[in-house]
Amino acid sequence: MTSRANRASKPLMIASTGFVLIWVFIAAFPFVWTLWGSFKVQGDFFSKADWRYALKGTRTAIETGGLFTGAGYEGAWVQQEFWRAALNTAIVVLFTVLISLTLGTLGGYALARSGHNYAFWLLMIALVFRAMPHITLVSGYLLPFFEWNLWGHLPTTIIVLVAINQPFTLWMLHSFFLNIPKDLDESAKVDGCTQFQAFRHVIIPVMWPGVITTGLFSFLLAYNDFAVTSMLLSKDNQTMVPAIAGFLGSTFEEGNVMFAVAAVVSATAPLFVLVMFFQRQIVSGLTAGAVKG
Amino acid sequence: MAHRTFFWFILPSLAAMLLFIALPLVSVAVQSLHIEHEQVLKVTKNCGPFGCKEETTVDAEATQMLRDQKPLGRFNGLNTYFDRGHLATAEVAQAWQERSSLGGFLADLYNLPLYKAIGFTLVYTFVVTPLVILLGLAIALGVNRVTPILKGPTIFVSLLPMIVTPLIGSLILFWMIDAQGIIGKSLQYLFDDPELSLKASPALTWMTLIVYGIWHSAPFAFVVFYAGLQTVNSDSLEAAQIDGANRWQQLRYVVIPHLMPLVIFISLIQLMDNFRVFEPIVGFSAQANATSLSFIIFNDLRGDVMRFNSAAATSVLTILGVTILLLPVLIRTWRDFKGKAI
Repeated sequence: MTSRANRASKPLMIASTGFVLIWVFIAAFPFVWTLWGSFKVQGDFFSKADWRYALKGTRTAIETGGLFTGAGYEGAWVQQEFWRAALNTAIVVLFTVLISLTLGTLGGYALARSGHNYAFWLLMIALVFRAMPHITLVSGYLLPFFEWNLWGHLPTTIIVLVAINQPFTLWMLHSFFLNIPKDLDESAKVDGCTQFQAFRHVIIPVMWPGVITTGLFSFLLAYNDFAVTSMLLSKDNQTMVPAIAGFLGSTFEEGNVMFAVAAVVSATAPLFVLVMFFQRQIVSGLTAGAVKG
Repeated sequence: MAHRTFFWFILPSLAAMLLFIALPLVSVAVQSLHIEHEQVLKVTKNCGPFGCKEETTVDAEATQMLRDQKPLGRFNGLNTYFDRGHLATAEVAQAWQERSSLGGFLADLYNLPLYKAIGFTLVYTFVVTPLVILLGLAIALGVNRVTPILKGPTIFVSLLPMIVTPLIGSLILFWMIDAQGIIGKSLQYLFDDPELSLKASPALTWMTLIVYGIWHSAPFAFVVFYAGLQTVNSDSLEAAQIDGANRWQQLRYVVIPHLMPLVIFISLIQLMDNFRVFEPIVGFSAQANATSLSFIIFNDLRGDVMRFNSAAATSVLTILGVTILLLPVLIRTWRDFKGKAI
């Protein structure tokens, strides 16, 4: 990218760097601020008197004796038993990702290798399904689930999330499988393999980059979901996101807002780690769909 | 691939989608045509010293039994669709007849819950989507010029607003714009108005939600455009430059046409996602000033009395809305497909 065409004039360079810096600040500051504030007391995080209290920790020092306090975290994780929600989230996310990928890999492979019209139509239907707002589907589930006593359990939510995830997973894996040369499994079939054996012995060993990328997005969908988990899980089985919403609804006493702030920071941390380790896969995944058009 | 093999490969995935996406759609359609049973009344004769009186009371036991036996309720036809909570045909007709001006009519319309939700949903969708595309493009062009070492960290930070859970992201901003939070306080200082609160007026709430929407979605557009910029043909850029094109002309006539397919892709995804705007309204506690279609469905289902029929009717209307939104894309794809077949 060092060709003459890309060399910019000085003012333009300064302007564009400045713009990027402003954007980086806008993108990152809310997270930094909330992380910092989660170790303060409410009087500092929401300071009536002076906004600099939040930086200096004036009230925190008066109320707890130190500049930082873990009171919010203790309140959320121990007192309000946020660890249960975290555990439920772990279960829901793990199984949603595993099942989505298993179903999606088989389906996506079939769609990529079938030259028939109906494969195209299935992809179109998946696109329409992808556009359905999740809450409309939830309003379809509730009454039957109540009737059949399926409501409130983790497995129900997992299956629902898997299904909601399928259209996207199919699209993504379909485009990944299109990139794997057809000759590979064709020649295996010539050697006498059945379609499934060709898939098992030839395609599975080379498909992992695509599957991992798709898995990341399934993870994000399951982890970030609020509409499904808040409506379909009973209070004992709640995952993190509805639990945080619950903190706000019921507890507006002094100090309890800080429980929610601490819980929010705790729930964001895994996402940070995820982006840190899988940044390249996420970027390539977002663009994989786009490049195909 | 043989039909049979294809069928077995796709079966699990297809079954999941049929059971939990297609059937629920049927389920909402059926539910929207029904309504909860009326209370069962019983007439008892009450005889006292001044003669007998007939009293009508609610038979709670019988009502409960009926509701347990037929949880779907009784058939109600399309009535739910036209009641005040939904299309409100009677109210709309009245408002139209009594209108003093178009503005007055629209204001009346805005007082009806469904139209209020539609109003915000559409404004949100059609304001956020283009702005996300513009901001994403600007960031991508900017980051493309940054020194290579800084590119990785910049992209990392840029991804954060998109990757964060929508409810959590909106809560984080909600706390900051609180009158006692850092952004709220700064705005009060900037505008020299100690009473200023972003939660107070509908206009400011709408603006806050839209700004949140742009903050949340711009990284997506940025990443896609950034990847697209890597594949711009530098020969054609150089050729344009030799022909005397300035920087703006290069952007306008070489780079943007190259990125056009990506613009269509991003608009499609963004229209779908913004149309179901929901979590920010919960996170910002904005329901007094702004509701969306998804939010009023959620609201019907959340209360002590779940109004299944009302939620279902709104759902059906929302699904129709999504279909209308997607129709141009579907028709285009259908034409492309037909073209290929011939």
